[in-house]
Amino acid sequence: MVTVQQVVFALFALMTVGGAVGVVAARKLFHAALWMILSFFGVAGLYILLEAPFFAALQLFIYIGGVAVLIVMAIMVTRGIMGPKEPVFTYAVGAAGTAFAFLVMLALFIVNVPAWMGSAPTGEVAPDGMRQLGRALVMPSAFLLPFEVASVLLLAVLVGALFIAREKE
Amino acid sequence: MNVLQFVANLFVNVGAWMGEVLHGWGLSPLWTAIVVKFLAGLVVAGGPLAAVLFLIWYARKVIGRIQDRMGPTNDGTAAGPFALLQAVADAIKMLTKEFIFPHGRDKVVFLIAPVLVVAVAVAIWAVIPFGPPDAGMQFVDLNIGVFYVVALASLTFFSMLMAGWSSHNKYANLGAFRAVSMIVSYEIPQMLALLVPVMLAGTMGMQGLINAQEVPFIVMAPIPALIYFLAMTAEVGRLPFEQAEADAEIVAGYFIEYSGMLFGAFYLAEFINNLSASFVFSVLFLGGWRGPWVEQAPILGLVWLSLKAFLVFSVLTFFWGAMPRLRIDHILGFSWKFLTPLALVMLMVTALVDKIVQIVGERGPSPSVSPWTRAGWLFLANAIVALVTAWVLYQVEKRQRAQREARRFAVVR
Repeated sequence: MVTVQQVVFALFALMTVGGAVGVVAARKLFHAALWMILSFFGVAGLYILLEAPFFAALQLFIYIGGVAVLIVMAIMVTRGIMGPKEPVFTYAVGAAGTAFAFLVMLALFIVNVPAWMGSAPTGEVAPDGMRQLGRALVMPSAFLLPFEVASVLLLAVLVGALFIAREKE
Repeated sequence: MNVLQFVANLFVNVGAWMGEVLHGWGLSPLWTAIVVKFLAGLVVAGGPLAAVLFLIWYARKVIGRIQDRMGPTNDGTAAGPFALLQAVADAIKMLTKEFIFPHGRDKVVFLIAPVLVVAVAVAIWAVIPFGPPDAGMQFVDLNIGVFYVVALASLTFFSMLMAGWSSHNKYANLGAFRAVSMIVSYEIPQMLALLVPVMLAGTMGMQGLINAQEVPFIVMAPIPALIYFLAMTAEVGRLPFEQAEADAEIVAGYFIEYSGMLFGAFYLAEFINNLSASFVFSVLFLGGWRGPWVEQAPILGLVWLSLKAFLVFSVLTFFWGAMPRLRIDHILGFSWKFLTPLALVMLMVTALVDKIVQIVGERGPSPSVSPWTRAGWLFLANAIVALVTAWVLYQVEKRQRAQREARRFAVVR
């Protein structure tokens, strides 16, 4: 018996994987970027299936609104984006296949480690998950330190970007 | 049940009536629910399309008056009374015009872009609360409400990029660049200003935000409201932030190569986005559907919210008619050097003042703080920040003027 949830999962999974295949198979860089967005979109759908709409929105906001736009802008200022089609990179098929096989095996291994099985939380998702997330990020017993370290890192990046972009006198 | 009662809670009653009818036809409860929800979705999606016809007429009338020209009137033309039929005639013209496809376009992406831009514009309406929670006037009340709107906006400017790139036209590319750089820059002050009402309400859900607004947030947070309004104007590409289209320079920007209904799609999406932005602003800062007699007749919520949104939309239209077009570097500089720092300051000031008022209020004779007390202190904090900002701007201007004068009278070697 196939439930509605499984069908929807299959659709989003197909979107994610199909998008990923499109990224490597596309002949135009711009198309590759669009396929990547489809893949991101699929991941956002998977988050919604996991009842984490906040993460789905984050996925759209950061990956499509930030990362993908930066990539596309970079492509658009590159010379010859509208030019002749690039050939598919056929010479790396062997290496790509090896890497793919390795990653699949790694994923299978991780999924099947007995100690980690069943450690994923099950049951209902807390209705105020976002509130809990916010609390956890500022609680010393939870994730306060990583959160602050990340913000310091981002601040350093900001200052660095300003320094590079500063007008020279 | 008399007619008045039926109309007072129109959407719930119609939904119940439809459910009964479908049940009478022998549909199971599950399928009844699905069909009713689907029809509700059609109504929500049709709403913006119908509203836009009226708004195009309205915007033309207003801009015609501002620019001192009458436009089509009802004397001797076939536009009907007050030229009401003009928007309809325009729509028919749009639908029957020939598509002209530029040579060298990207076939698929060129067609996806207009579809995507309209789809995203309509999808925002799913979360707008047109009435109280159980009046059946909100398609879905997500607990991430406003964040959903912001996240969808990133898809809007992606469709602009797609349209600009796939047209194979330098003006289209320039327009797409301008649109994206502008929206990416203004997204930051917009998000920061958005955080203030979210912080004051303690939720991102649309209904939660309205519930918290016994005092509308525009009183508690006038400066964030102003920042949000300006950033929103840039986001929907209205003058003075109209650089992405700039018909006098790059003709129509990213959708220069589109014709017929494909052009119509972008035009439509632009108006829908203007309207949805007005709705979201009304929900965030003007108290949403709140107004007199809403408890007795939930349908009035729709009226109040529409009136508020119409007011905001009118301001956008006045901007359209009266503002000059700013230069792109001025637009970006204004966002990065003024709005973003100010929004950051407002975020911190609001958080601090609100917390202090809460702590002090809890120690006082009555354990809870009345919303008006809270609003008063927050308004005072906003006023102080506004004065300090004005002083800083004055100092900066004075220094720049001194530098300019110094350069002007400097000895040229």
